[in-house]
Amino acid sequence: MNHDLFQYVVRQADNCMVLCQRLCALGAQGPELEEDIALSNMSLDLLGQARALYNYASTLEGKGRSEDDFAFMRDERNWYNVHLVEQPNGDFGDVIARQFVFDAWHINYLKQLQTSTDSTLAAIAAKAIKEVTYHLRHSSQWVIRLGDGTDESHRRMQRAINHIWRFTPELFMADELDQRLQAQGIGVDLAAVRMEWDNIINSVLSEATLTRPPEEHPAQGGREGIHSEYMGYLLAEMQSLPRAMPGCQW
Amino acid sequence: MQALDLSLAKELLEQLTDPEIPVITLSEMGILRAVEQDNDTVVVTITPTYSGCPAMQQIREDIISTLQQGGFAKVEVQSVLSPAWTTDWMTDNAKAKLRAYGIAPPVCTSQQAATTQPISFKVACPQCGSMNTAVVSEFGSTSCKALWRCKACREPFDYFKPF
Repeated sequence: MNHDLFQYVVRQADNCMVLCQRLCALGAQGPELEEDIALSNMSLDLLGQARALYNYASTLEGKGRSEDDFAFMRDERNWYNVHLVEQPNGDFGDVIARQFVFDAWHINYLKQLQTSTDSTLAAIAAKAIKEVTYHLRHSSQWVIRLGDGTDESHRRMQRAINHIWRFTPELFMADELDQRLQAQGIGVDLAAVRMEWDNIINSVLSEATLTRPPEEHPAQGGREGIHSEYMGYLLAEMQSLPRAMPGCQW
Repeated sequence: MQALDLSLAKELLEQLTDPEIPVITLSEMGILRAVEQDNDTVVVTITPTYSGCPAMQQIREDIISTLQQGGFAKVEVQSVLSPAWTTDWMTDNAKAKLRAYGIAPPVCTSQQAATTQPISFKVACPQCGSMNTAVVSEFGSTSCKALWRCKACREPFDYFKPF
């Protein structure tokens, strides 16, 4: 088995799965019906992407683990998502800020991944990119509407952007595994993703009359399995049922 | 090895419709990609519309039960992601059926939709035909639909998103 590739796939699957879980929790809690539906739809897209990636990881590993085994039977230290996606929902501004910085990264990550020399990753990316195009448009529009809205919406959107900012650098931290896979033409060039991300962020924040915060105290460690305090609670909620009743079916 | 009657299998599968949109067949939707023989098994290849489409499980079960009832003992359904499903594959006939069912069909290509704000497109109301319509949300009752409203007849309607 190619351990690097397996780990690379699981990291991205975990990003999708954890953000999916966060958005899932907003079902029936959105600020309005249309937004409730939008967040649930985005959550569903991320779930589909996570499933495709877990399936591929399972094939690479060859031990017969199912998608459910990956999602429900791993403990915190064996999850490799970035800290950004596990941050709590907070208010609607926080949800949109987290989504916007992730979508702007995700779309450019996928644009590169669809030219990967690994045909399965390329196919998963080519499919997901169409979904994430809709996600990014949605989150960008909300950032602009709230940022360039009333004094109160502006204040809260800026606060949310400031709050989430220290979780963005981790999206671009290329470790040795990233570098090895990039050299093989399988993985993406995170520095190039960063440039495209900057363009989107600067343009949307400027239209939203929001200020880009300085980069201070970046969070890191998620991709090695070291998480923030929120992760344990998230997993407890997500995993409790299949752990209490192994093998249960709807 | 005995040759299986694949044209019969295809004919049987032609009757299957999308579980979410029962007026469109799987084949018209572009979900059904291939029907082949592998030894004594009929192998049906499908592709999901969206990565998370919850109808895929139902579609899988429908294919297996339809073919088994049609006399094919061994049926396998496999899913492929490439080439990625697109509404560009939807036939004019399928679009007309969607409209008659109350869902506005896509008015542009997947590529155009990805690069243009939805507000720039004109979508006819499937109920009254008016072009005086507006997008409410790009996300709707299922992954593949957006929510629009008609300013003439005042009714909301689903729009099948170009994808």
